[in-house]
Amino acid sequence: MANKRRRNLAPVLAIAPFWVLILVAYLGTMLFTILMSFTNSKTLPKLEFVGLKQYQRLFTTDLWITASQNIWAFSILLILISLTVGFLLAVALDQKIRAEDTIRTIILYPYAMSFIVTGLIWQWLLNPQLGLQKAMHDLGWESFSFTWTQDPSMAIYSIIIGGVWQGSGLVMAIMLAGLRSIDQEIWKAAKIDGIPDWRVYISIVIPMMRPTIVTAVVLMSLGAVKAYDIVVALTGGGPGSSSFTPALFIMNFFFTRQNVGLGAAACTVVLVVVSVFFVPWFYYEYFREEKRGH
Amino acid sequence: MSALTAQSSPRGPKPKRLTPARVGLYGFVAMSCLFFLAPLYVMIITSLKPMEEVRLGYIFKWPDSPTIQPWIDAWSSACTGLACEGIHSGFYNSIKITIPSVMVSIFAGALFGYCLSFWKMKGSNFLFGLLLLGAFLPYQLFIYPLVRIYAWAGAYGTMFNIITVHTIFGLPVMTLLFRNYFSSVPIELFKAARVDGAGFWRIFLSVMLPLATPVVIVAVILQVTGIWNDFLFGTVFAGQNNWPMTVLLNNIVNTTQGERHYNIDMAATILTAAVPLTVYFVSGRWFVRGIAAGAVKG
Amino acid sequence: MSALNSHATGNPADASVAVRDLLIAYGSLVVLDKLSLDIPKGEFLVLLGPSGCGKSTLLNSIAGLLDITDGEIWISGKNVTWEEPKDRGIGMVFQSYALYPRMSVYDNMAFGLKIAGLPKSEIEERVGRAAKMLKLEPLLKRKPSELSGGQRQRVAIGRALVRNVDVFLFDEPLSNLDAQLRSELRVEIKKLHQDIGNTMIYVTHDQIEAMTLADRIAVMKGGIIQQLDDPHTIYNRPKNLFVAGFIGSPAMTFLNGKITALNGAPAVDVGGGVVVPLGRYQFEAGSSAPAAGTDVVLGVRPEHIITGSPADGTEDGRRFWTKGQVKMLEPTGADTILWTEVGGQNLTVRVDSDHEVALYAHFDFAFDLDRASLFDKASGDRL
Repeated sequence: MANKRRRNLAPVLAIAPFWVLILVAYLGTMLFTILMSFTNSKTLPKLEFVGLKQYQRLFTTDLWITASQNIWAFSILLILISLTVGFLLAVALDQKIRAEDTIRTIILYPYAMSFIVTGLIWQWLLNPQLGLQKAMHDLGWESFSFTWTQDPSMAIYSIIIGGVWQGSGLVMAIMLAGLRSIDQEIWKAAKIDGIPDWRVYISIVIPMMRPTIVTAVVLMSLGAVKAYDIVVALTGGGPGSSSFTPALFIMNFFFTRQNVGLGAAACTVVLVVVSVFFVPWFYYEYFREEKRGH
Repeated sequence: MSALTAQSSPRGPKPKRLTPARVGLYGFVAMSCLFFLAPLYVMIITSLKPMEEVRLGYIFKWPDSPTIQPWIDAWSSACTGLACEGIHSGFYNSIKITIPSVMVSIFAGALFGYCLSFWKMKGSNFLFGLLLLGAFLPYQLFIYPLVRIYAWAGAYGTMFNIITVHTIFGLPVMTLLFRNYFSSVPIELFKAARVDGAGFWRIFLSVMLPLATPVVIVAVILQVTGIWNDFLFGTVFAGQNNWPMTVLLNNIVNTTQGERHYNIDMAATILTAAVPLTVYFVSGRWFVRGIAAGAVKG
Repeated sequence: MSALNSHATGNPADASVAVRDLLIAYGSLVVLDKLSLDIPKGEFLVLLGPSGCGKSTLLNSIAGLLDITDGEIWISGKNVTWEEPKDRGIGMVFQSYALYPRMSVYDNMAFGLKIAGLPKSEIEERVGRAAKMLKLEPLLKRKPSELSGGQRQRVAIGRALVRNVDVFLFDEPLSNLDAQLRSELRVEIKKLHQDIGNTMIYVTHDQIEAMTLADRIAVMKGGIIQQLDDPHTIYNRPKNLFVAGFIGSPAMTFLNGKITALNGAPAVDVGGGVVVPLGRYQFEAGSSAPAAGTDVVLGVRPEHIITGSPADGTEDGRRFWTKGQVKMLEPTGADTILWTEVGGQNLTVRVDSDHEVALYAHFDFAFDLDRASLFDKASGDRL
């Protein structure tokens, strides 16, 4: 009896730190942040409740309006472009082409690099005095103009180029795995039926790949919402503050402007938006998994 | 054979004709490779040019007089704000952060995954769900309170701080990785070990962990690249003395006064990317397995 | 070797499906070796063999689904070697059903016809006919995921059927089904063949399917057709040791022996003083009893061994009586398999399960020499 007790104690002792860790570091901090959004905290947290005043202030802050507009444009375009480029690349690699391994390595290597590195590379390449525009002018194409990084209305789109460069390889790898997992006999059946390849992709393969595509979209959008490093490195949020994103906004208000209450309100808004999008998907995946288990 | 087949009737493999579709396919692949490779090419050649050549522009032009001086400067004398010590201290800091963080986070993920798969305890699935949900939220939600907690404990801006933060935020993916693997291990193996009298730790350390070697390899690849590439946690939690390479790199490049030494900047960038790129090229297909495992939720 | 693999009987244009000198090789790995074959119109041909024998490769080459190294394929009098699969006049059914998962049963059958640009009325008529034949009418609106394995495979057959082609190809269509469904669908396929009379080529590794369905069976191994004959001949007069061992369950017993003479007639000495006379054995056309001392293998099917005692029947020279001891018993329900020894070599005997035998009992049994097989040990060929 005593022996049995002792044996059952080990797993409890092992899992206990995880309870503490997850409850404190994930749940506790999240609740704390939400709590702060209802207070008048500046540099340090204080429990001086001001109701929804921080939210009111947030939604009238120009920087937040810019940041939230930016993140929608950025996320949607980044996902659409990466998905298209990644899918086309996966399809291309699936055509029994030469040097497939080498090409895959080339397409995927940017994904191994940090957002900071990616951001810096593209900062240079897109710099009009130094990069692509200069190179084109040197080649004699005088009218070529590419000044997105210095144009407040276009700066956020220049970050998409870096994002696509880094993220398409990931989409390609996921999609290629999806394509390869399709039963080869389906392709044979379609050949016998005389269905052209492009039609097989559109009518048969893409519908079959729905879970794969959803996974890629979720991954890309999670990455897009978190976009911080790449913005810091590529534009630094500028010119001015034209390419700010919510992540930059929050960090800025927490650590530079020392306005914790407003930063926390921004956090909470992001939390709500992300939850609205991902919680249904999350539960769908999670419960489907459970069902499969039985 | 017979006269009938001896005529020029089709025989053997169908002659391959270069179709426009095939040409287009290779064109598309070639353009893509160019798009992905060009930045690396520009970085490498620029890092080998002396400043006089850099000023001329011609970013795609091969250096006339290649030099490795920018690399030496980047390593030991490039300026980050006021200090001009190059990026080497960041390199060592990144190593000091990455090695313990990788080990602790993998051990924690393996242990939690093992608990979830074999020791059904009340509430542990709820805990796991909470963890996964946390993984989907932007880190900014957790960062500020964590800063306060560490500051309160007197551990803010220390090595301990950054290592534990990497462990906390590495936990969802690591746990998922190991839980998925362990749930594919036949439960009979676990039962047999228990019948043989092995306890909780014995089964974990002697049976399950050795069994999970492929997952450990994947986890190492994932964590080494992930932690090395981190910027956000490094800036917030590591403290100025422990700043990892990515933070130092950003400082060198984005806080320079006066003329910018692009050749040195690019050398520093390549140096920062060198470790994850090495992991990538060495690990090959394992890397792809890693992102598939880390990417796909379940 | 290539001569061995040639089963061409005439002009390729006259056959329903004809294969000429088909070579499939990947580097030095030869999967099909200069294979020639004629399949007359309306025949049900089964390609049978263990995995890796080239049977699926042969089927896929006929369908045009893989690149051939050399040779020609003829279908319905046309050389289709360079034709696309869709232009060859074939329909095909796959092991994994290969249904288009997000399309209804109706669309699965109609999709190819739509792409081919057939008028809607024609498509409806053809799908309707196939659905009726395969009893799929109530299922037309369902998705494949809502169907059982047997229903899915009927849809796949339907998809081949609507193409109105002369030749049907089946690639292990029943392998993914459980035993019950397999035998049901086997009957349906046989009935379908009787009803529509098309040429059918059917790949399987299941000898029961082969024996029940085929007009002719091509037993394959190592990219070579070992024997091409009707099921009865394959079973009773296997051409070589491989075919003999592959067909039949439990497998044929092989007794190693040497040719000797017994009372002036050829006989096989299988050791232990047991000498089996070959007086009644029918040698292959053109071959006669080999010289004394030749190493041979005597093959006897377990079900072709008679038990009892010589007194029970007449000694007609057709049977060779001897004795053995029961070493092991395997009751299978309908029959019981006895393991015994003759001349120091293992021998299995199949007896009716009512037949009462005790373990370690001694019993009398006889080979039915009319139905035995004799092989040359060195070449493995039937004598």
